[in-house]
Amino acid sequence: MALDKQTVAKVAHLARIKVPEARLESLAGELDGIVNWVEQLGEVDVDGVAPMTSAVETGLRWREDVVDDGGYAEKVTANAPDAQMNFYTTPKVVE
Amino acid sequence: MAEYRLKGETGEWEVVIGLEVHAQVTSQAKLFSGAATAFGADPNAQVSLVDAAMPGMLPVINGECVRQAVRTGLALNAAINKVSVFSRKNYFYADLPQGYQISQYDQPIVGEGEIEIDLPDGSTKTVGIERLHLEQDAGKSMHDQHPKKSFIDLNRSGVALMEIVSKPDMRSPDEAAAYVSALRSIVRYIGSCDGNMAEGSMRADVNVSVRKPGEPYGTRAELKNINSVRFVRQAVEIEALRQIEILENGGTVDQETRLFDPTKGETRSMRNKEEAHDYRYFPDPDLLPLEFDDAFVEACRDSLPELPAEKKKRFMESYGLSGYDASVLVADWEIAAYYEEVAKHGDPKQAANWVTVELFGRLNKADKTIADSPVSAESLGELLALMADATISGKIAKDVFDEMFETGRGAKAIVEEKGLKQITDTGAIEAIVDQVIADNPGQVEQYQGGKTGLIGWFVGQVMKASQGKANPQTVNELLKQKLDG
Amino acid sequence: MTDLLDLTLTDARDKLVAREISSVELTDAYIKAVEAARPLNCYITETAERAREMAEASDRRLKDGKAGALEGLPLGIKDLFCTEDVLTTAGSHILDGFKPPYESTVTRNLWDAGAVMLGKLNLDEFAMGSANLTSHYGPVKNPWKRQGDDKDLVPGGSSGGSAAAVAARACLAATGTDTGGSIRQPAAFTGIVGLKPSYGRCSRWGIVAFASSLDQAGPMTRTVRDAALMLGAMAGFDPKDSTSVDRPVPNYEAALDGGVKGLKVGVPKEYRVDGMPEAIQQLWDQGVAWLKDQGAEIVDVSLPHTKYALPAYYIVAPAEASSNLARYDGVRYGLRVDGDSLIEMYENSRGEGFGEEVKRRVLIGTYVLSAGYYDAYYLKAQKVRTRIAEDFAKAYQQCDVLLTPATPSAAFGIDEEPSDPVQMYLNDVFTVPANLAGLPGISVPAGTDDQGLPLGLQILGRAFDEETVLRAAYALEQAAGFTGRPQFQAG
Repeated sequence: MALDKQTVAKVAHLARIKVPEARLESLAGELDGIVNWVEQLGEVDVDGVAPMTSAVETGLRWREDVVDDGGYAEKVTANAPDAQMNFYTTPKVVE
Repeated sequence: MAEYRLKGETGEWEVVIGLEVHAQVTSQAKLFSGAATAFGADPNAQVSLVDAAMPGMLPVINGECVRQAVRTGLALNAAINKVSVFSRKNYFYADLPQGYQISQYDQPIVGEGEIEIDLPDGSTKTVGIERLHLEQDAGKSMHDQHPKKSFIDLNRSGVALMEIVSKPDMRSPDEAAAYVSALRSIVRYIGSCDGNMAEGSMRADVNVSVRKPGEPYGTRAELKNINSVRFVRQAVEIEALRQIEILENGGTVDQETRLFDPTKGETRSMRNKEEAHDYRYFPDPDLLPLEFDDAFVEACRDSLPELPAEKKKRFMESYGLSGYDASVLVADWEIAAYYEEVAKHGDPKQAANWVTVELFGRLNKADKTIADSPVSAESLGELLALMADATISGKIAKDVFDEMFETGRGAKAIVEEKGLKQITDTGAIEAIVDQVIADNPGQVEQYQGGKTGLIGWFVGQVMKASQGKANPQTVNELLKQKLDG
Repeated sequence: MTDLLDLTLTDARDKLVAREISSVELTDAYIKAVEAARPLNCYITETAERAREMAEASDRRLKDGKAGALEGLPLGIKDLFCTEDVLTTAGSHILDGFKPPYESTVTRNLWDAGAVMLGKLNLDEFAMGSANLTSHYGPVKNPWKRQGDDKDLVPGGSSGGSAAAVAARACLAATGTDTGGSIRQPAAFTGIVGLKPSYGRCSRWGIVAFASSLDQAGPMTRTVRDAALMLGAMAGFDPKDSTSVDRPVPNYEAALDGGVKGLKVGVPKEYRVDGMPEAIQQLWDQGVAWLKDQGAEIVDVSLPHTKYALPAYYIVAPAEASSNLARYDGVRYGLRVDGDSLIEMYENSRGEGFGEEVKRRVLIGTYVLSAGYYDAYYLKAQKVRTRIAEDFAKAYQQCDVLLTPATPSAAFGIDEEPSDPVQMYLNDVFTVPANLAGLPGISVPAGTDDQGLPLGLQILGRAFDEETVLRAAYALEQAAGFTGRPQFQAG
């Protein structure tokens, strides 16, 4: 399927990136070029091949159930563009 | 149990219900970070750099959450997957700092299982479990602090949840409610979740559809975040009726998410605020597959206490209880433990009766739970022992129990102090019996003339004269002996 | 002054330990060099004051005989590593003003080893690029120029600032990160050494994530010995990174000796790509001869899925990036561009905060993961990745290391960037396979093209066999005797 303007607009919305209407067409062309290029993977026979899940051959390590972090609301909100009373803020979400 | 059918204008309808229950795992720290999980902290006070999704932060799994998920899976008689995978569920929301939730998708930690639920008429039903997976909870948005802004607190962000998905096996509001109760009972027994629905440690998404009996499943609506067993029951019924009305008027049910409003007694579509979702699940590259061996699973199994269903069976077998009494007693492990302590001191059936009727009645009236009962199990056992050795009668026992409940004092002390000991001395009772016979020649004549039903009246007179302390059996025997003799 | 800047990392270490020079002296020289190198635009943030303080502390430890492995050595840090209380940008507008309240594990390891921080180095935005042209802070200029041509060239990317700074003597060595070649390619373009360790060797904790299953930090230095020294300090197990591997860090410097006699060096035929400049083919042949002359056994090997590495990479990396970059939403740090609703605020902040290449990759990544396409793209790419890893595993049954060119071309002009993104991506053709398979690789400057620009050769090794990779690279370096200097040198 060709990656058209409408698809780009939809994907951009999914990714929450504002793309000016005027840019959609050219972006669709660029993305379509990339997608067409990666489609050469279709040539590879991967029957019975397991997808790679990790580049390391080791098991997942578990942490102990101990509280050893947090307790620094000022620190986690220090960089926030608009923190108030140690809360983060966003434009009002209507529920 | 009788089949539940809703009557519509076009005939009878069957309700089909499946549930997704989110249960917060009991753990000190979060699923992927070392921040605390306790309820009610100051805003963002229990947020680590990982929970705030700072650039470059990475998740490391909390082993206790894995253990609790496996234990819960075993308690649900479910298949345990020794290899499972964490995936990212991608979507943007104010309370989702990473822009994705780490969850499990096509390879959950627990697979299919089943549990038995107890229905109000004493019957039981088996409900299938589809899966259980581990995932992160989101933070919390507050909308009433500021006219134009929402405030975000990430204390809950990253807390471990178990999502337990049932098969669409339930067919009535009672069954749905019983299922939630059963799940709650199980997780509380094994300690994998505190089951506190009011604080949100357990909440249910309920999928409801209706169909004419025998027809294929209808389109379902999902009722989000229901936080009490009672609301589950109400929501199912209200939603089923809504769907029937639509269908009978020639409409179609939309597959959508709805909100149950208990105050208005209605469900509302959440569609307008919801975008078309495309979660773009893929395995989280920051985490490797989660793996453990059989020994770990067996250690989890060995750590399980007796579960409600087993306990119920044992109560029926060893105490001779009815299925209903047993299910009431085992629903909560604290009650079951209380009961077993009481039953040590007297007749087990009598003990069941005293716990479920006398104790529960008084607790309900006082708005108390078993945990804060003024009468300990040992105390109630002592009371039962006094009845068993005929120190007091059942009638006196109830008065003593009132006093115990009121004051928290022991049964023996109250009986001693108030002189409530049953009179078992035959001589003393005989004297009272003789007196009653002597005082009531008219009744004696009637009795001996054939109105033998008056025996009850005579017993009452003797009991009254003895202030209730005479052993009723002895009174009965002596009266018969003297009147008939 | 110039003498100080000409010291290698290991030479400077030796002189510091011998107390022939002081860290303050050395650091001051570099602070001046950093200023002098400003026309190259390699630093986003200079931390001269902090460098001074760290150097003074180092001198005290040197005096007390408590020197760490990198004591008193001034380094540049790619601005993808979070550094406590120091602006960290990832080359992006969206991280405006972000001062991390934490230090990445790798930089923490460096400071614990006594290293001195000169500043934060420019890079492609979120490490997405091969020419350092996508940074919000402007392009970095390669200190090298073509003979008789004043045109500004790219330093490669994404660790372009690191490469340019090391080459121009604006730091003694630098950290880089390599997701698809971001250490090795700019190293080759600037005539320095760049080492990408095995995936899991260096902690990713505190490094702004691009593609989690591929990202790996490594050293960018002037010599192979320097790389060995610096890797030893950067590497190590980190319980905070679930993909960090718990195995001891060997003495890499000690591994350099011993030569390549008997070492089996594989030459993969699939790396002979169409349109590769003659000079690169010649250099590769020369590299083979150098190693053979030193007693290595040359083996022809085949990595049949090589041509699919790039397309697989351009699915996996953008897919992971699209998710990793979701956290830049204007709520907790960085740029916020307001909007009437939450969604508008997100779209405005991300629309304005991300540059064109980042947007392109996030959109591609979002697309290949979206409903209905996952199996065809992402899953397929991960299966191809398995095939590529299998190719390497088979090759390593026949040989110990692989020798390949590092890049298919020398550095190109800033105005010569291909407008077609796919053409641009081809820069990574020789470097990407190692990332997909998690293997270590090093780029060693080995010669120049006919215009006098440096070219690199690449040694690839088995996972966690950095020692053999370094040993082969050292042998190559000795044989090549590359002494070229860029036209621009600080100080």
